[in-house]
Amino acid sequence: MMGKLYLQESLSDMSAEFLQFLFSGVTLGATYALVGLGFSIIYNASHVINFAQGEFVMMGGMGTVFFLGLGLPMPVAILAAIALTTLFGFGLERFAIAPARGASVVTLIIITIGASIVMRGLVQVVWGKEFHAIPAFSGDEPITIAGATILPQSLWVLGVTVLLVLALRFFFEKTIMGKAIIATSLNRDAALLMGINVRFVLFISFGLSAALGAAAGILVAPITLTNFEAGIMLGLKGFCAAILGGLGNGMGAVAGGMIVGIAEAMGAGYLISEYKDAIAFVLILLVLFFKPSGLFGKTGTERV
Amino acid sequence: MSLLKVDNLSIVFGGVKAIDDLSFTIEPGKIHSIIGPNGAGKTTLFNLITGVYTPTTGTVLYENEGVTGFKSYELAARGMSRTFQNLQIFFNMTAIENVMVGAHLHLNRGFFASFFGLPTIKEGDRHCRETCLELLDFVGLRHYADTDTDSMPYGALKRLEIARALASKPKILLLDEPAAGLNPAESREIDEVIKKVAERGITVVLVEHDMKMVMEISDHILVLDYGRKLTEGTAQEVRNNPDVIAAYLGG
Amino acid sequence: MDKLKSPRTGGLLILMAIIAVLPAFLDNAFQVEIAILIFFNAIVCIGLNLLIGYAGQISLGHGAFVGLGAYGSAILTAHQGWDPLLSMVAAATFTGVLCFVIARPILKLKGHYLAMATLGMGIIISIVINTEDQLTGGPDGMYVDGLSFMTSQIHWYWLIGAVLVFSVWASLNLIHSPIGRALRAVHGSEVAAEVVGVDTTQYKVLIFVVSGVFASVVGSLGVYYSNFVTPDIAGFFHSIELVVMVVFGGMASTFGAVVGAAILTILPQVLTFLHDFEHLVFGLILMLTMIFLPKGLVPTLADLFKKGDKS
Ligand SMILES: Nc1ncnc2c1ncn2[C@@H]1O[C@H](COP(=O)(O)OP(=O)(O)O)[C@@H](O)[C@H]1O
Ligand SMILES: [Mg+2]
Repeated sequence: MMGKLYLQESLSDMSAEFLQFLFSGVTLGATYALVGLGFSIIYNASHVINFAQGEFVMMGGMGTVFFLGLGLPMPVAILAAIALTTLFGFGLERFAIAPARGASVVTLIIITIGASIVMRGLVQVVWGKEFHAIPAFSGDEPITIAGATILPQSLWVLGVTVLLVLALRFFFEKTIMGKAIIATSLNRDAALLMGINVRFVLFISFGLSAALGAAAGILVAPITLTNFEAGIMLGLKGFCAAILGGLGNGMGAVAGGMIVGIAEAMGAGYLISEYKDAIAFVLILLVLFFKPSGLFGKTGTERV
Repeated sequence: MSLLKVDNLSIVFGGVKAIDDLSFTIEPGKIHSIIGPNGAGKTTLFNLITGVYTPTTGTVLYENEGVTGFKSYELAARGMSRTFQNLQIFFNMTAIENVMVGAHLHLNRGFFASFFGLPTIKEGDRHCRETCLELLDFVGLRHYADTDTDSMPYGALKRLEIARALASKPKILLLDEPAAGLNPAESREIDEVIKKVAERGITVVLVEHDMKMVMEISDHILVLDYGRKLTEGTAQEVRNNPDVIAAYLGG
Repeated sequence: MDKLKSPRTGGLLILMAIIAVLPAFLDNAFQVEIAILIFFNAIVCIGLNLLIGYAGQISLGHGAFVGLGAYGSAILTAHQGWDPLLSMVAAATFTGVLCFVIARPILKLKGHYLAMATLGMGIIISIVINTEDQLTGGPDGMYVDGLSFMTSQIHWYWLIGAVLVFSVWASLNLIHSPIGRALRAVHGSEVAAEVVGVDTTQYKVLIFVVSGVFASVVGSLGVYYSNFVTPDIAGFFHSIELVVMVVFGGMASTFGAVVGAAILTILPQVLTFLHDFEHLVFGLILMLTMIFLPKGLVPTLADLFKKGDKS
């Protein structure tokens, strides 16, 4: 009798624990998904991997801190931070990527690395090195679900991520601009011939990607705190997400982000928490060894 | 004894059979041509024979050795080389260096000898440069020897690929549309080069669209259509085959 | 005489001359320190350039191999009491074997996927070094005794200077050999290289191992020089820094790698007077150089020189 009761109890403990890890996994995963989507959008339009993507994320969070400090109400501060980051996205394309057209992939990567150093340097000079917190959007009172708790902010992260993903799908499938971006990613020359303003497409893609990164940064800032270096790991994990899903595959990046987030939370919870940050990278190496173009990337025989 | 024997070869791309149950043989020391409409599978066949693609089913026999699934470099070591329909030039090198890569298998490639710059390496390279210059001469490109390939004209690059392939000292050389995109004068030059290659005792397998050229220089012609053998035979036989006429005119 | 004028021999002689006379112009220990640091970075970059510049295979994880050399030597010497030289060879062998094992699956990948995999591998190694503090001292780093026979800083200057000259010489030898052409062919067109008999996988693996061993040896020497090592040496930023040096100086140019290492080692020192603005300005210089000289310093200058020669 006793034994059975005990077993039941520990079973429900176990499932509560599992649920707890799952909650933190999907919250993390949603963030990685947004960052990964940002990588995908820029990659699609320009075949550039933007190593400053993490700095867009950081700038969203730090920008919000700054505008809140000016006394602006939360929604206004958030919009202002997204607008500011978007400007940086536009600027990166116009003043760094566009003039370097035709440079090798490695050179372009280094330019974006330079941009990330500049953005970190700028934020550090203007806003300092300290960690900052943004107040949670609707309180810190944890919500209990089946024995596990979840922060309201996590629900914000998940909800807004779902909305953004749906909005992006609509944008790419239904709007002229979105279709132009897709066309450019499939065949730049053909897009040019069809009268698509490819330069404008690139410009918009960088802005869009920056806005998306900023949104991710703002959503998680209440949970994780933010400072000028907060974007580095988030950027790298987002890159993992994008690669895991197959570079340039938007929905793949979302799935990749979720997989990375959940694996990280489960791995840290059940296995070894010291190696939490390594999990994403172990996962990506394992996947790439067996599927060299990601889980949902294009496969097939290379044409000669 | 045949040099190359292809048996029931097939490859499927996303459900489509680009080569469909194809069998044929190639005798040593002749010019063999493979013709067929665009998309017939000629390049795919070359890719299968030279180890660039792995067949879905079927076998390739080279000098009586089963070589299905062999890597390209393993086949090169056995005396098989090729050129490409879409240029595959090492654009980060000069013309002569491109050809010298072709001689790779016949040079001392020891790591420590290279690392320490031993005289044998330098001596080998000097000798290799000489023979490769002769090959450039052979295809009429000697004056381009030290030119960066990214500043050479298209027609010259087509010939450079032939010189590079010859540097590997092949027994069989597969040429994929060597005259495509060339003007009539350049075509005739290629024509001459091919004949000279065959005179050296190298078996040539040629894919070409220029029918006049094919009919004139080929000892044997294989006609492909939709990945299958339509017919094969001498130029005369192929020319008069009603299926060929239908495929080309009706096509 | 002609040989002297060739960029290969001439460049090597100029490099030797600079190394020989430089001490006369260095006023203090700090400047000698920077010179030695340049030599260290240049040696890693020469190896990395063979991989990135010549074979066209990106690696965003080579800092980890420097770290393996450094920690391998440090652990064997400090914990096991091994002879430093033996430790260095053991660490280099370990790094080489590791590179050999991971090279095949990693170098099957192309472009950004390869970048991701090498980056991931580097980060994993650096996390291991950070976490296994029993062995490595964790984030605080660890101390090691130096080499007993290297009694002054200038000894180090000459030793590492000599290793640099040897590395440049060996790298040039390798490039001007059938192996070097095979590497460039891998960069130019893998399929074309294969059909004339180049086993592209074998060469990619070879050069990955060679560049890893270069990095490892520098890590070992570095730890004996400074008697101290922290996990930053294996970190993501060090890996990035190394790639940046190679590309900044000019890919597929051995002297470019040396110049890139020199400039990007000196630049942060020069910029320290800017205090908080240091990183900002460094980033801007990096961006502007890559935008306006996308091929890197040395190849761009060489092109200008060639044009000048013809007119
Ligand atoms: N790597 C590949 N992936 C998918 N389809 C391919 C590939 N290579 C060739 N094909 C297809 O195989 C068919 C034959 O092509 P190809 O061999 O290039 O024809 P040919 O050289 O006779 O013009 C075509 O339908 C082509 O689209
Ligand atoms: Mg073809």
